Amino acid sequence: MSHLRRPAPKELQPVSFAFTPENLEKAKKIIAKYPEGRQQSAVMPLLDLAQRQTEGNWVPTVAMDYIADMLEMPAIRVYEVATFYTMYNLAPVGKNFIQVCTTTPCWLRGSADVVDTCKKELGIGVGETTEDGQFTMIEVECLGACVNAPMMQINDDYYEDLTPETTKAILDALKKGEKPKAGPQSGRKGCEPMGGPKVLKAFCGCGAAPQDADASEGDA
Amino acid sequence: MQAKGTPDMLQDKDRIFTNLYGFQDFGLKGAQSRGNWDGTKALIEKGRDWIIDEMKASGMRGRGGAGFPTGLKWSFMPKESDGRPSYLVVNADEGEPGTCKDREIMRNDPHTLVEGCLLASFAMNAHAAYIYIRGEFYHEASNLQRAIDEAYDAGLIGKNACGSGWDFDLYLHLGAGAYICGEETALIESIEGKKGQPRLKPPFPANAGLYGCPTTVNNVESIAAVPTILRRGGSWFSSFGRENNHGTKLFAISGHVEKPCTVEEAMSIPLRELIEKHCGGVRGGWDNLLAVIPGGSSVPLMPKDICDDVLMDFDGLREVGSGLGTAAVIVMDKSTDIVYAIARLSEFYKHESCGQCTPCREGTGWMMRMMARMVRGEATLDEIDLLWDVTKQVEGHTICALGDAAAWPIQGLIRHFRPEMERRIKEYRARIAA
Repeated sequence: MSHLRRPAPKELQPVSFAFTPENLEKAKKIIAKYPEGRQQSAVMPLLDLAQRQTEGNWVPTVAMDYIADMLEMPAIRVYEVATFYTMYNLAPVGKNFIQVCTTTPCWLRGSADVVDTCKKELGIGVGETTEDGQFTMIEVECLGACVNAPMMQINDDYYEDLTPETTKAILDALKKGEKPKAGPQSGRKGCEPMGGPKVLKAFCGCGAAPQDADASEGDA
Repeated sequence: MQAKGTPDMLQDKDRIFTNLYGFQDFGLKGAQSRGNWDGTKALIEKGRDWIIDEMKASGMRGRGGAGFPTGLKWSFMPKESDGRPSYLVVNADEGEPGTCKDREIMRNDPHTLVEGCLLASFAMNAHAAYIYIRGEFYHEASNLQRAIDEAYDAGLIGKNACGSGWDFDLYLHLGAGAYICGEETALIESIEGKKGQPRLKPPFPANAGLYGCPTTVNNVESIAAVPTILRRGGSWFSSFGRENNHGTKLFAISGHVEKPCTVEEAMSIPLRELIEKHCGGVRGGWDNLLAVIPGGSSVPLMPKDICDDVLMDFDGLREVGSGLGTAAVIVMDKSTDIVYAIARLSEFYKHESCGQCTPCREGTGWMMRMMARMVRGEATLDEIDLLWDVTKQVEGHTICALGDAAAWPIQGLIRHFRPEMERRIKEYRARIAA
């Protein structure tokens, strides 16, 4: 995949964009986080909101223009931000957007096998999307879950402690429209050593299972 | 040596992050049951100077990698406002390869960070703080936002925080996938809604940071440790680790160990003890060790003979030509293609260079391409010196430390594994000659 980050070709670009009433409310709350006159600070969260709202999980150029108007900033400043930060997709991606970390700590634990499994099971190369639009797979840099390597992110979820087998199982579940359980696939809970914590045992033996807060910004 | 003077592990009663593994409730009730938010108002009433003095006495050095003394950094902030507000900004843009410690604080023990933000902000005369968290940490951000909301609802932050009379607002800001935003001035630019390109210093953020106002940027772990340090006293924290390297520290051990994990330990713990006690040892035994990157991808690797007895602290690792960085320990056993392991890091830095300074923008590409050839041996012997020279042309010639960070892993490789690089080149040349 090219490292050049350019907007999608004209044929793919929609002609208009506006936040839904619900997202408009969210946008107002986001802008209020920053001091008066500093509304430009909201450009990144608003781009994220636009991406989540857009079919295909990406940011069309009209959405950048819309945000520029909303924040009273030059459109070129929004384009700069949207092309600088790699989490903004500049073209549509698959419903399941798979990002496999292949930086050294993941590579040491077998990330190449995870990439190969994805290629084989999905029939696509790195940076490609399946014909049915269900899966896009890319390689990314360190996602910050190194003691649970190798790992991949699918949409908002981390899947960790992967093997070729568990990678395949995750992909199979997604193909069936199921949502596989996120987190380590090895049986451990988080970043404690396999087989259970060696320290803090008194803090790990009892107490309620920790819940994960729901996504604060709704999935599109 | 270790102030504790015994080979025992750090005891649980001296661990700050008791819900590190997430087996308990991360919410307010769970946090309070673990001692968070206990007597926060009384700590604030002791005053700004007391807090900064305790932090100085604790010996805490910043946990984000540079190791600058935290209390001293805070003391650079203006005592009286000149009309501009002051800000605390927390760097939660954890992305240094190997590093995954702040993630555990934010998803499992977020109230330590929220309470720390209040205390640190009060000490620096800041009524508002921003936490900049990397965008990929979606669930970590959700948990942290829930902790912030709970703290507001309980009156712990917001107007008259904890009944102290101090007004304090705390905001979360998500990044969107740029390693460079872990650099403090790039992070500030990013919050301001711009590309994350580092600023020239001076002015330093303490004079002109976020929105041109006095700002201190601290790492998550530094801030989250503050409430416990203040409750137990700076002298408690400084009782761990060697002189100038005090405290407890989160270590994340990844790569070729039997059981990778994150663990809080006393500073200055021997590397070998850390790996053998907490991670079940190196895969295949200690003698199967090839090299360790002890502090995240930016610090030079250490071959096994150095690993045998090195101590895990700022000074100990600097003495052997490496660094503690973020205390992200990447372990590589003898099966590792060490040249590729470093070449992959060169790809990382090429990808993450912001493009602002020519030596870094161009140099990271040169280094990446030369390293790719070194993996195959497709080079001449004198190109190793040329590569070394390129790293020296980049190092120290850029606005921020990304250029240095891209140069150091390669320098470490050449320093310690030159024979391996030469072997590949000779084999390749023999192959094409035949």
